[in-house]
Amino acid sequence: MMNATSFENPNSFESPKPFVTPKSFHNFDESPLSAVMSTGRLLRAYLTEAKFESLRMFRVLGFSLPFLVLPAALYLLFGVVLFGDAVRNDPAAGKFLFTAFSVFGVMGPGMFGFGATVATEREQGLLTLKRALPAPPGSYLLAKLLMTMLFALIVMATMIPAALLLGHLPLTFAQCARVTAVNILGSLPFCAIGLFIGTRASGKASIAFVNLIYVPMMHISGLFYPLPKFLRTISPVWPTYHLQQLVFAALGAPFYGRTAVHLAVLAGVTLVLTALSIRRLARVG
Amino acid sequence: MSNEFWAELSGVKKRFGKTLALDGLDLQVRPGELFSVLGPNGAGKSTAISLLLGLLRPDAGAACLFGLSPLLVQPRRQVGVMMQEATLAPELRVREHVALVASYYPQPFTPAEAMELTNISSLASRPYGKLSAGQKRQVQFTMAVCGRPKLLFLDEPSVGLDVRARETMWTTLRQLVRNGSSIVLTTHYLEEAESLSNRVAVLNKGRLIASGTVNEIRALVVRKHITCSTVLAAEQIATWPDVESVTRDQQRLQISTSNTEAVVRRLLAADSNLQELEVRRAGLAEAFTELTQEAA
Repeated sequence: MMNATSFENPNSFESPKPFVTPKSFHNFDESPLSAVMSTGRLLRAYLTEAKFESLRMFRVLGFSLPFLVLPAALYLLFGVVLFGDAVRNDPAAGKFLFTAFSVFGVMGPGMFGFGATVATEREQGLLTLKRALPAPPGSYLLAKLLMTMLFALIVMATMIPAALLLGHLPLTFAQCARVTAVNILGSLPFCAIGLFIGTRASGKASIAFVNLIYVPMMHISGLFYPLPKFLRTISPVWPTYHLQQLVFAALGAPFYGRTAVHLAVLAGVTLVLTALSIRRLARVG
Repeated sequence: MSNEFWAELSGVKKRFGKTLALDGLDLQVRPGELFSVLGPNGAGKSTAISLLLGLLRPDAGAACLFGLSPLLVQPRRQVGVMMQEATLAPELRVREHVALVASYYPQPFTPAEAMELTNISSLASRPYGKLSAGQKRQVQFTMAVCGRPKLLFLDEPSVGLDVRARETMWTTLRQLVRNGSSIVLTTHYLEEAESLSNRVAVLNKGRLIASGTVNEIRALVVRKHITCSTVLAAEQIATWPDVESVTRDQQRLQISTSNTEAVVRRLLAADSNLQELEVRRAGLAEAFTELTQEAA
C-alpha cells in the first residue's frame, strides 16, 4: 500500500529555502541491537536526569535560596548572635541547636522537592511523557532523590564550618563525617512523605498538604525547644524526632531511645510511603 | 504477533467506565511509512496511541511495539514521542532539554545535531519557559527526533506553528521517512495528513472505519465536482440524472455528481461555448466528513 505519489503530493508546501540535511541524519543504525543500551550509557542517563533535576531546582531561587541559605543563617543567628555566650559555656546547648538546624535543613528539600514538584509534573503531563519516552526505570524519582541529597550535602557543608569557626562547637573530623552521612540519609523519609503527598494531591493542594505536616513536625517534635510533658509522649510519631536522636548520637551527645529503633522507624516510613507512592504512580500515573 | 509491523494493535478493546473507547481495533504501522490516524474527537485516537506507547493496558486484545510489549523500555528505545499536553521545566534551557531526552537513547544525535536538524539552533541557550507556544512545539519536536528513533508518534505536532516552522517540520518528517523511519501522526489538519501520509486510518467510536492510501480513502467518496462557465441554467442541470447538486458561484457553475463522464458529455453537447471546465475529486477532508457521518 506504499504510495509514493501521495507522499510527494504536488499540493504540498515546498520550503522556499532548500532544506540542508546534516550528515548525521543518515546515520541511522539498522542493526537489531540498536535498542540495547550499554551499561555506561544507562548510568549516564541516570546521572543526566539527576544533573538536570538539580540544576533546575538550583535555578528556582524560591526553592534553592531558603533551603540552602536558611539553615546555616538561622543557626548563626540563634547559636552565635543571640545565644553565643550560653553556647560557649554549655557545649550540650550548642549541639542541640546545631542538630535542630541541620535536621531542619534536610527536611525541606525532600518534602517540597518531591511534594510540590511531583504533584505539578503529574498534572502537567510530564510524568506521562517520561513514561512514553524510554527514560530508564526509576530515573525520575532517583533524580529527585539525588537532588535532595545534594541539597542536604550543601546544607551540611555550610553548617559544619559555621559550627566550627563561629559556633564554638568542638567537633572531630569523624563526628563531622558521621553527622553529614546521618543527615544525608536522614533526608530519605522526608522525600518519601513528600512523594506520598505528591502522588495524591493536586499541584496547588500539595504545597498546603506539605505545610500541614512540615510545620507541626518542626515545632512539636521537640526539634527546636524542649516540649511540655504531654507533647513529649507523642513526639516519637514524628520522623524528625528519630532523626534528631540519631544526629545526637552521631555528635556524641546524650539521646533518647535506641539507635536501632530510630533507624527502623525512619527506614519503615521511607519504605512504606515509597511503596505506596510507586504503586499509585503505576496505577494512576 | 508479526515482526513485519513495527507497531500493532490486534483486536484491542479498552473501556473507561461506561465508555467503550476502543471496540476491537486492529491497527498496524509498517516500516518506512507516514501513517495518519484520523477521527473526530472521542474517536479513540489518543487511546490507541497510548496503548501503543504502553501508557495504557488493553482490556482485551494485544498491543505490540517492535514485536515486544510496549510496557518494556527496550522497544521504546526505538520510539520518539511528541505529546499534546506536556509542560516541560521552564528553568531548563532548550539545549538541556534535548540533551536530557537524548540521554535515554542508545545512539542519539548530539543536541547540536538534533537542533540543526529541526532548525532551532538559535534557541539553544534560551530558557524553555521564555519561548513562544510555537517555539515550544519545535523544541518538543526536536526532543522527539533526537534519539534517532525508527518510529515517531506525533500528536497534533503542528498546532501553534507558523508557516515557516510547519514547512521545516514537514520537510524533516519527509526526510525521516526517506531514511527508513515510520511516523504515526494524529492530526486535525486534514491537509497535513493529505500532504504527508502514505497511509491513513479513519477511526470513529473506537472502530476502524477505513484505511488505505490517501487516494484510496478519497476514492471511497464516489462524488466528484465539475466547475464550468456556461449559459445553461442551474435549475435545468439540477434535473439531469446523476446530478446531486448545482450551485452558481458568480459566473461559474459547480456541479456535484457521481457520474462525471455522462454529465460532462451532456454539458458539452448542450453548450458548445462552455468554458473553464474543471473536474475535481473529493478531497481527504470531504471523504473524512462523509465517512465519519456515515458511521455515526
